[in-house]
Amino acid sequence: MSDLPQGPAERRIDSAGVVIAVALAALAVVLVWDASQLQSNNPYGMGPHVMPVVIAVGLGILAIGNLVEALRGNLPARESADPKAVWLILGGLALLIAIIALGGGFIPATTALFVATATAFGRRAILADLAIGFVMTTLIYVAFSRLLTLSLPAGPLERLF
Amino acid sequence: MDAFFALAHGMAVAMQPMNLLYALIGVLLGTAVGVLPGIGPALTVALLLPVTYKLDPGGSLIMFAGIYYGGMYGGSTTAILINTPGESASMATALEGNKMAKAGRGGPALATAAIGSFVAGTIATIGLAFLAPWLVDFAVHFGPEDYFALMCVAFVTVSATFGSSPIRGLTSLFIGLTLGLIGIDKLTGQPRLAFGIPELLDGVEVTTLAVGLFAVGEALYVVSRRHHSEEKLEPVRGSLWMTKEDWQRSWKPWLRGTMFGFPIGALPAGGAEIPTFLSYSTEKRLAKHPEEFGKGAIEGVAGPEAANNASAAGTLVPLLTLGLPTSATAAMMLAGFQQYGLNPGPLLFAERPDLVWGLIASLFIANVMLLVLNLPLVGLWVKLLAIPQPWLYAGILVFATTGTIAAKPSVVELSMLAGFGVMGFLMRRFDFPIAPVVIGLILGPIAESQLRRAMSISLGDPMALLQSPMSATLLGIALIALVAPFVMQGLGRFKANED
Repeated sequence: MSDLPQGPAERRIDSAGVVIAVALAALAVVLVWDASQLQSNNPYGMGPHVMPVVIAVGLGILAIGNLVEALRGNLPARESADPKAVWLILGGLALLIAIIALGGGFIPATTALFVATATAFGRRAILADLAIGFVMTTLIYVAFSRLLTLSLPAGPLERLF
Repeated sequence: MDAFFALAHGMAVAMQPMNLLYALIGVLLGTAVGVLPGIGPALTVALLLPVTYKLDPGGSLIMFAGIYYGGMYGGSTTAILINTPGESASMATALEGNKMAKAGRGGPALATAAIGSFVAGTIATIGLAFLAPWLVDFAVHFGPEDYFALMCVAFVTVSATFGSSPIRGLTSLFIGLTLGLIGIDKLTGQPRLAFGIPELLDGVEVTTLAVGLFAVGEALYVVSRRHHSEEKLEPVRGSLWMTKEDWQRSWKPWLRGTMFGFPIGALPAGGAEIPTFLSYSTEKRLAKHPEEFGKGAIEGVAGPEAANNASAAGTLVPLLTLGLPTSATAAMMLAGFQQYGLNPGPLLFAERPDLVWGLIASLFIANVMLLVLNLPLVGLWVKLLAIPQPWLYAGILVFATTGTIAAKPSVVELSMLAGFGVMGFLMRRFDFPIAPVVIGLILGPIAESQLRRAMSISLGDPMALLQSPMSATLLGIALIALVAPFVMQGLGRFKANED
């Protein structure tokens, strides 16, 4: 309001900030909805639904606060990002989850993640990285199962040990 | 003089060969990860939690404390030799330290950082040993409403008061509090925010959240802006040792840094950034040659490094005596206690004095080990910095997922890890602080159970929170700490308009 004369032309609405504010508001709605499903059979004291509602109110206020910041363009400046590299690592993580879910075992799963991450960071030697990742994860598997007696998911490869 | 006896007893525990070994592993691991850019002590403890749950609690906690202290030392090495501080607490060190390294005085910079950390760590640990029993006597009389109020203070100071933006800090905190709600409500047995997914009934694992935010999030962030920065490693040239003049210029900043670091760390004020920057600006003002600042003044390394380490020890005061973590690493250490069914606080001092005092005594030992090991091994730590980035981050991600896979190899848990990674990436990109999320997750459920305990004692009368003078005062402080940054921001804007 009192800020308006300060040249609104240079202040742009930050759309990412608006998305953040909407997401926070949506989270608050989910919290209230979930709290409404709870039964409060606690005549004295505080039921399980009170805290979620309090937090939801806080999130609602913060959604408004974030929205105001976004509309004023008060968010910190961001540098350009490389989405391809980010997606490559996320793809590696997805591959890891898929391999473990399908029973492929620990070593192939983490080797896949190793290669995907190294590639995202600019390496272009997939075969060499496959070998390095394989040796490293095999050592981890042996150390975990033998030294720490913690079991990691085993696939066909791990059963050889 | 109970503290003397307790400390002597703790020393006997800490000197046991197995515990010495744990301390050694802790400081070596801590230094190594502190040196590596991209992983800090919080992540290291998070990665080790699933691995250590079968080990002896006393030994593991000694190891975690060694990691905490070691991480501080290692962070300063990175800050001095490449201008990318691994953690915000080393930012002040990087200002002068990297200039010194460029001028061929990297050796004395590393030395004053290491010796200053030792001096500060030792003094601050003595402070911890004498302050802790006193605070425990005080905290014994705390009711649940007082604990709840104390946690409100910690929530506000950690997220709102000292960050760059109170709104973004509080947003992080509330996301953490929301995550803390997930799972079965302990009092009534009803699931909250589980959406019928059985894996969510146990709640969100702190380790999954921390590893996702710190390891996966950091890797995604670094790779997204890989094309922006080129890191340059300064070789350590010349003598490692400090000259007589260096000593003369260093010892006062060490002591002053300790005086800033310990009290601010011990207050539930969170973070080592404030004391390090306070120390930096004080040394700049007091220096005989202020013109050297910005070109490599040794005082600017000695003071902030001492402040950094002293505040690390200070953070342990609220953690051990009240169960109140005020930094991400302290939150992970609290998770470490909880993993063994231990709850830090006055009761732990009474029930497990060997464990608590063994831990405190081991901090002295860890400090000595770090001093003895670090300078001779600096060549080794520098080699760690030479690991190519692709392999470094690929390795970090493999270790990060291994911890989760070992603890809970389910699709839901691993998807949560990836999801928290994306969240950590977005939070870094949009400049939301990370630590409040972790603290919200771990402290939120404790605060809720204290509040509900207070409410059932008062038969549901919320005025009980204000009837205890202690909790009324603390809630007042929390309110002031919450409002202050907004008021100051308003004043700042007002002033800017006037100009």
